[in-house]
Amino acid sequence: MSVIVFADTRGNKVPKNTLETLTYGRKLAAKGNTSLTLVTFGDAPPERLAALDANKVIVARNASDADSQQLTRLVADVAGKEGAQWIIFSHDDTGKAVAPRVAARLKAGEVAGAITLPNDQGLIKRNVFSGKAQAWVEVKTAVKVVSLLPNSIPVETASGSATVEEYNGDLGPAKVVVKSTHHAGEGIPLPEAEVVVSGGRGMKGPENWGPLEELAKELHAATACSRPVADMGWRPHHEHVGQTGVAIRPNLYIAIGISGAIQHLAGVNGSKVIVVINNDPEAPFFKAADYGIIGDAQQVLPKLIEAAKKLNAER
Amino acid sequence: MKILVLVSHVPDTTARIAFTNDHTAFDTNGISFIVNPYDEWYALVRGLELKEAQGGTVTTITVGGPVTEPTIRKALAIGADDAVRIDTEPRDGHDVAAQVAAFAKDKGYDLILAGKETIDHNGSQVGPMLAELLDLPFISLATKLDVAGGKATAEREVRGDVEVVECPLPALVSCAKGMAEQRIPNMRGIMAARTKPLQVVPAAAVDALSATVRFELPPPKQAVKMIPADDAGTLIGLLHTEAKVI
Ligand SMILES: Cc1cc2nc3c(=O)[nH]c(=O)nc-3n(C[C@H](O)[C@H](O)[C@H](O)COP(=O)(O)OP(=O)(O)OC[C@H]3O[C@@H](n4cnc5c(N)ncnc54)[C@H](O)[C@@H]3O)c2cc1C
Ligand SMILES: Nc1ncnc2c1ncn2[C@@H]1O[C@H](COP(=O)(O)O)[C@@H](O)[C@H]1O
Repeated sequence: MSVIVFADTRGNKVPKNTLETLTYGRKLAAKGNTSLTLVTFGDAPPERLAALDANKVIVARNASDADSQQLTRLVADVAGKEGAQWIIFSHDDTGKAVAPRVAARLKAGEVAGAITLPNDQGLIKRNVFSGKAQAWVEVKTAVKVVSLLPNSIPVETASGSATVEEYNGDLGPAKVVVKSTHHAGEGIPLPEAEVVVSGGRGMKGPENWGPLEELAKELHAATACSRPVADMGWRPHHEHVGQTGVAIRPNLYIAIGISGAIQHLAGVNGSKVIVVINNDPEAPFFKAADYGIIGDAQQVLPKLIEAAKKLNAER
Repeated sequence: MKILVLVSHVPDTTARIAFTNDHTAFDTNGISFIVNPYDEWYALVRGLELKEAQGGTVTTITVGGPVTEPTIRKALAIGADDAVRIDTEPRDGHDVAAQVAAFAKDKGYDLILAGKETIDHNGSQVGPMLAELLDLPFISLATKLDVAGGKATAEREVRGDVEVVECPLPALVSCAKGMAEQRIPNMRGIMAARTKPLQVVPAAAVDALSATVRFELPPPKQAVKMIPADDAGTLIGLLHTEAKVI
């Protein structure tokens, strides 16, 4: 019996969601009095892998471009050999494609987008109805697959001294091949941002986005927008958040000139703190806000930029 | 080209979410249902565009009871050729995937399209599970899709990058915003949909791997703290010292 965490360790730094899944796996392992194995792929240096909080790291080298079928074979194979009872993923782009495949391959029940550890009855909570409700899920199989929604649990990992093993099984050919990659935009990618500054139709036109971008820069934030703003071409489509756009869960979401339609809220209601700036005191978004300012966006923004600059200068 | 589009039946995006039977069931009272937006606007419409350009058929498939039929007719009105309904109330994402797999496995579909996720279950599970059960390559979260020479080419937005990927057919693709524009069904489409074939298939035997035991509503939000516009700058201080988010 063991706990397995699958994580993407490519790139130069360990992403926060990997640390979250390791925390989650560590707690399950402690509860079950068992060991934690991290399964990964790519070319991260062994000393970096060894420092992660796992008992063992199994890394598939020469698999940097593995597709979801190959990663599924990798995880399922390791899970079998390690006698895994729990298989933990992050509910990110990779995890969303691989975790359900692994679950289907092993005939294991899956909790997709978990936001808690199992409770005393073994039930795990997840968001449903686009964050408008939550559900407690029971996994009925001995092997259980969980993909953990990013930013749901605090990171609590120690620095480890894991043994690092290379995986030498056969992953088969990659059928989905990456032909090219280009950067969609400048700045911080939206799904990873801890702070997001977002504009709606109340910004009045693309020419008014300068101050919003400046505030985002001062707050180390990503920029986002409402759907009509993307549809009118004021902002690029990848910035559109909401029911039909990207769903985000930053620590702080600042909505400027956005009315707070239910479809918009569906993509941002997981944010820890919401600030709403709107010149209409009746705007529905205020009901979902933690802080609110009734005022004209173009007049409020310079005041916020000035205060943010002052704060940055002080720390 | 034979295209299969997974179509799910979900509460309207503005539906009030409430539960019955001690929070074990969704309260459908007064709720109108729609085709899941990702399935309709993106998967179905792109499937139709590919068929119109290259020939072939577009079949929709839905796992659900008779209540889903008006939703299925809407997909037919938008332009699908025919529809399949697998007659069972699915228990989880795996149940849906296993039912569709049992139907589709020997039908020779070149391309299977699913939505990125349902707006009620939000699992993003069914597409990849079905790909695994049918042993197909899977392109997730595609924002553009083309098919030529037996290959699918797609764009995906991942981790702030845009990736162009390619894979041989048959393949399964999950569809996100950008792939196509919404099509509003016209009168002719609505009339034609009434007589298009809708085949009802009995459910296959599938083990329940998971179950939703109960639902809950999030705790009510604390009252909003208002800051006068003239003092807008004080917000930054509050976010730093009180909310501790910057
Ligand atoms: C199926 C479906 C899916 C959808 N999906 C999404 C989605 O994913 N994301 C999304 O965002 N929308 C979505 N929508 C659209 C949604 O219903 C709203 O129409 C949209 O969110 C409104 O955008 P907005 O708030 O920018 O514009 P508006 O609703 O026009 O609001 C503009 C706001 O700006 C305020 N304002 C005006 N002037 C100023 C000023 N000078 N200073 C400050 N404030 C000002 C106004 O008081 C108003 O509250 C969807 C709709 C449907 C039907
Ligand atoms: N009951 C269903 N019938 C047919 N297709 C479905 C059903 N449920 C989900 N799907 C498809 O699977 C996708 C992902 O669903 P989910 O895993 O619930 O997020 C949806 O966008 C649909 O394309």
